[in-house]
Amino acid sequence: MNKRTLYCALVVLALLAPLAVYPVFLMKVLCFGLFACAFNLLLGFGGLLSFGHAAFLGTGAYVTGYAMSTWGLTPEIGLLVGTLASAALGLVYGALAVRREGIYFAMVTLALAQLMFFVYLQAPFTGGEDGLQGIPRGQLLGVVDLQSNMAMYYLVLAIFSGGFLLIHRTIHSPFGQVLKAIRDNEARAISLGYQVDRYKLLVFVISAALAGLAGATKTLVFQLASLNDVHWLMSGEVVLMTLVGGMGTFLGPLVGAGVLVSVEHALSSGTLGAYVHVAMGMIFVLCVLLFRRGIVGEFPHLVSKLAKGIRRRLPMR
Amino acid sequence: MSIFPEINLFGLFSQLLVGMINGSFYALLSLGLAIIFGLLRIINFAQGAFYMLGAFGAWLSLQFLGLNYWWALLLVPVGVGLLGTLLERTLIRRISGEGELYSLLLTFGVALIVQGLFSKWFGVSGLPYQVPELLQGGIRLPVMYLPTYRVWILLLSLGVCLAAWLLIERTRLGSYLRAGTENPQLMKAFGINVPLIVTLTYSFGVALAGLAGVLAAPVYSVSPLMGSNILIVVFAIVVIGSMGSIGGAILTGLGMGVIEGLTKYFYPEASATVIFLVMVLVLIFKPAGLFARAA
Repeated sequence: MNKRTLYCALVVLALLAPLAVYPVFLMKVLCFGLFACAFNLLLGFGGLLSFGHAAFLGTGAYVTGYAMSTWGLTPEIGLLVGTLASAALGLVYGALAVRREGIYFAMVTLALAQLMFFVYLQAPFTGGEDGLQGIPRGQLLGVVDLQSNMAMYYLVLAIFSGGFLLIHRTIHSPFGQVLKAIRDNEARAISLGYQVDRYKLLVFVISAALAGLAGATKTLVFQLASLNDVHWLMSGEVVLMTLVGGMGTFLGPLVGAGVLVSVEHALSSGTLGAYVHVAMGMIFVLCVLLFRRGIVGEFPHLVSKLAKGIRRRLPMR
Repeated sequence: MSIFPEINLFGLFSQLLVGMINGSFYALLSLGLAIIFGLLRIINFAQGAFYMLGAFGAWLSLQFLGLNYWWALLLVPVGVGLLGTLLERTLIRRISGEGELYSLLLTFGVALIVQGLFSKWFGVSGLPYQVPELLQGGIRLPVMYLPTYRVWILLLSLGVCLAAWLLIERTRLGSYLRAGTENPQLMKAFGINVPLIVTLTYSFGVALAGLAGVLAAPVYSVSPLMGSNILIVVFAIVVIGSMGSIGGAILTGLGMGVIEGLTKYFYPEASATVIFLVMVLVLIFKPAGLFARAA
């Protein structure tokens, strides 16, 4: 009940936000937020660390960008094509990666993503180092002109909410429960008769599809798909967003995305632009050493601590 | 027409040599990763950063201390190893035994910091480093031109790999290390200083990366990004070979270098991706890795 109020308040806030904040900034946060939520589905709830999620973000971005600028597809079809392409790649990569566990899983996904990086670098249709530029936003369903940032913002908000609800639904379904069981004790899940590799693969595909959707949406917003989207730094960034916001929490990844986009924004406008990666590295180290639950994960602990403190101060009745 | 096969052979052997050079670097780096993984159970994401520090160590000590290549070859790996000691004692130790996830993220963060700082200080375009006078020039064989420095890299890294293998498999210190890999608790019970062995192991694994960096400085330009690019390839290589065996890590490293060299000759477009494709094949047909020990 409490949670429902929180979510309602957030929706109202999100609907009103572009009146106060620059919509392009908000859209960036929402796109990366969806990307991080998709990643968190895999790591926070499935216990699988993919260090190559940029491959899916980039595939969504490139395929949607190419489909819209070259084939002239409408935005809704373009987004769909990018998402499906990413899901298909997720199916292949997932099937390969679930064959190894733990630390090897992370290395396999990283290496596979690097393979994709070289593919997008060398393929004739991706524009090499320049990427795809000037991708048209088009008209949604032939009615709404997305050239307006306000219209675009509400579309992005709708896409994010849809992705978020899907993740929420997945976690609370019987499938999600099995997933958590596998995360917490894989051997026991196997002995109970669950085919864990299938569960891992399915969650991998869902996560890849949503990451692709995030990339496709980002392409629409910025009208650009570039090698940055498939670079290993992007894979690291999404890990960091999730870690900062709170692994295994629902809102954590969005909060983490907000924090990191803001940090990058603040640094890049000043003379400190060159230190973005140094800052990222330091946040990584600090989070691992001191702040593992992340902002959202730490919040309940802070509240209960505060409440205890206040109760102690109150005079005995 | 008759001249064609000769030219082809020339190109083939040159690429093969380049491949073996790259393979030596892969072998040194994956050997270091495997040694560290064996005892500490962590994947050292900073391995690439230490390789880069090795190359920069050589460049900096020439620029500012006037130390030539031979001094650098001797001192820089020691310096890099000491940096590793510092990192292990200050940060990695704090999270030992808390799962491989956090150590991966911690060392990734360290790698980002180091790479970011060096990019800021030295730019990313790369700095030149001269081949030492003694090793300049080369030998002209009937089938190919053999640059002396490349032969030197090959011989030295093979020697180092062999020495490391002997150290681990044939000495008392190595037996401690192997015992620690099997059962650190029992080792502690026998009164062996396990934390010290852990520190030594990490420093040694990292020093190997530093050595590879010094060796690489005259062949590639010294650049802050050199570490991260090679590291991802090395990750694919340890997936291919599995980190269970020291000899396996060395052989896979060399072998993948050769395959990469051959690809550069026969189908250059795929040379950047071929190792990843081999990894895909290995995952399909022998998912545990080529040199995995039976569970």
